[in-house]
Amino acid sequence: MLAKRKWALMSSALLLAVTMGCSNSGSSSAPQAQGNDPAPSQGGGDKAATEKKTITITYRDDGTGEKGTLYKWIKEVSASYPNKNVEIKPTPIQASEGDYFAKIALALKSKDTAPDIVTEDTFMLNSDASAGFLEPLDDRLKGWEDWSNGSFIEAMKKGVTASDGKVYGVPYNTDSRGLWYNKEIFKKAGLPEDWKPKSWDEVLAAARTIKEKAGSDVVPIWMNLGKATGEATSMQTYEMLLYGTGERLYDDASKKWIVKSQGINDALAFIETIAKEKLGPPLSKVLNGQAGNTATREYLPKGKLAISLDGSWITGNYLEGGASPWPEYKDVLGFAPMPTSKGQAPGTITLAGGWALSIPSNAKNKDEAWDFIKFALNKENTQKLVMSSGNITVRADVAKDPEYTQMPFNEIATEYLKNAEFRPAQDKYPEVSTQIQTMVESVATGTSAADAANKYAQDVTRIVGQEHAIEK
Amino acid sequence: MGGISASSPQLQRRNWTWLYFLLPSIVIMLLFFIYPILLTFFYSFTNLALTGEAAKELKFVGLDNYTRMFQDPTVRISIWNTLVFLIGSAVIGQQVLGFLIALLMKHKNKTFRRVIGTVVLAGWVTPEIVCALCLYSFFGDEGTLNAIISFFGISPVTWLFTVPMLTVILANIWHGTAFSMLVFQAALDDVPSEIEEAAVVDGASKLQILLRITIPYIRETITTNAMLVTLQTLGVFGLIYAMTGGGPGTKTTTLPIFMYNQAFVNYQLGYGTAISLLLLLLGIVLSLFYIRSFKK
Repeated sequence: MLAKRKWALMSSALLLAVTMGCSNSGSSSAPQAQGNDPAPSQGGGDKAATEKKTITITYRDDGTGEKGTLYKWIKEVSASYPNKNVEIKPTPIQASEGDYFAKIALALKSKDTAPDIVTEDTFMLNSDASAGFLEPLDDRLKGWEDWSNGSFIEAMKKGVTASDGKVYGVPYNTDSRGLWYNKEIFKKAGLPEDWKPKSWDEVLAAARTIKEKAGSDVVPIWMNLGKATGEATSMQTYEMLLYGTGERLYDDASKKWIVKSQGINDALAFIETIAKEKLGPPLSKVLNGQAGNTATREYLPKGKLAISLDGSWITGNYLEGGASPWPEYKDVLGFAPMPTSKGQAPGTITLAGGWALSIPSNAKNKDEAWDFIKFALNKENTQKLVMSSGNITVRADVAKDPEYTQMPFNEIATEYLKNAEFRPAQDKYPEVSTQIQTMVESVATGTSAADAANKYAQDVTRIVGQEHAIEK
Repeated sequence: MGGISASSPQLQRRNWTWLYFLLPSIVIMLLFFIYPILLTFFYSFTNLALTGEAAKELKFVGLDNYTRMFQDPTVRISIWNTLVFLIGSAVIGQQVLGFLIALLMKHKNKTFRRVIGTVVLAGWVTPEIVCALCLYSFFGDEGTLNAIISFFGISPVTWLFTVPMLTVILANIWHGTAFSMLVFQAALDDVPSEIEEAAVVDGASKLQILLRITIPYIRETITTNAMLVTLQTLGVFGLIYAMTGGGPGTKTTTLPIFMYNQAFVNYQLGYGTAISLLLLLLGIVLSLFYIRSFKK
């Protein structure tokens, strides 16, 4: 009896020692092997092959699955990736844009769920970086020639720099915003086909002319106005207007949120005019989550919409294999810059966003992830991605490539970036943005601009705190 | 070994045996019910956030979330919307309709009962999200309802936009009535036919029988059912979220929708947990109200 027990005890102790030894060597030797010995010697070759590392990339799948641009791009890039000891595995999150940010925040929190590479929208990058979810890349970037030799457009680096001054991602695309317009409708209404409005009044004047002359089934101007369209309402509509007045959301000098200003009043007055004169889309269409798609995929191609204040990427829908193929878009559509409110300098305005590849602090294979990012975002691979997605490049060398510039609108969209503004890299931005959407929607549905502005001031002050709010 | 003679220690042991049998359920309750509530309570006094600076460092913020909640006008709107939705769709809608269907089906032949029962049940067995999509396409701008009314020459109405609360109330009635119907069917079958027959002999009208005999007889069932549907309806999220997203504006923002928006759209989990406690409190108050009226 006793002997048996002793034997059991000894064997389990042995087993414990063995397993502990295994896990120990596993965790300590792995980084050593990659740090000192990047090219495994002949003898170690077999071992490396069995220890093939898997690099996971998380991105948003908007429901297109294996037909998605990012999926196809990741597959293509990883097929040509020279390091065969690394397997690149797409791990998409299928979600709406808003839910995606919540889901990656949850995934990044834990070592068990964090991917090795994550695609970050530049406006969430600061939040996720200050939460400690992302790895600062400055040291790694120093050793990457492309980053310092001017291959990346300098202004784009601002979008991936968090409020602590460190860089947390490598940008792979950006966008600009402006006024898309249907030249055929313009022609019918007697407006110039080469349209370049100089002020908001000229934009409104064109919309009024269209309402008068183009028929009742044509929407003169479409801007996202609802809470349901989320960030699109904040950025494509409100911020394009606000920044066009010369005012900003956040005062960098005093580090305070601007809760009251003439700029806010002017921006809301513009929206109020559109609502009162019925120059905009029907409310039941624009206040729903599908509004953006309704405008770009339905109204614009069908000739039911004259002017659309939207992003440069919408042409991605019209390409072959896109959501709403429309080969004639090159000739029918025009892309005019959004003027400043009274045409004051710099004359036109655009806001830029975009996406970046980041490495989570909880990633398991940071070195391998970084090596892959450098490869995936070199000139050739970035170009493939932006050309298939309809986005604008962040690399100066791609911007000069004839293959890229001959894509319709790419050149002008890139040109608009000269005066590009970014959203404030502040933690509270997502919450303030929700208040913006509430304010815009209430003005669009008939609340007076003054009431809506007052409520915005109250709510934002409550969110950011009295000491971080300023009235101008 | 001990047999009957060792009765006293056995008795002592028996006194504790209940604990062994209850232990699994107590553990499960503590782990999955009490513990999360305590945790929620704790988090509601912190700045817990999904992302941003606050996500790095959990800080105790005292009553901040609660003062914020009482200053926030949307909270008042959400409570109001929750009550309208609750009373409209559950207390009145599901209960009354469920009761009527059950009453009308009583004493009818089996085939009739089976066919109608299945039809009503269809709404109940349909998953919430499927139900929401069905009714979304029914009330949508180019939906079934507009197709029907335009057939009669009436111009289409943007239902989800003009009367959003009504559409979600109707959707919840459609979805949940079967539950009340089943409960009332069982209760009505238990009403002894002798009493009803006696009333008929005494010359009572049908309405009198219903008000004076049937309803008082099943009063306890009515209260229990009211409590169950109330608690079910308080937590309805998917149905409203998929149909209207809480909008337009805040017209269909109930507390669960508001809580979700704060926690996962604005990433303020701490504030979200404070709102969830408000919802819990509302559930407790309503339950107590039902239990008291049940005792009367």
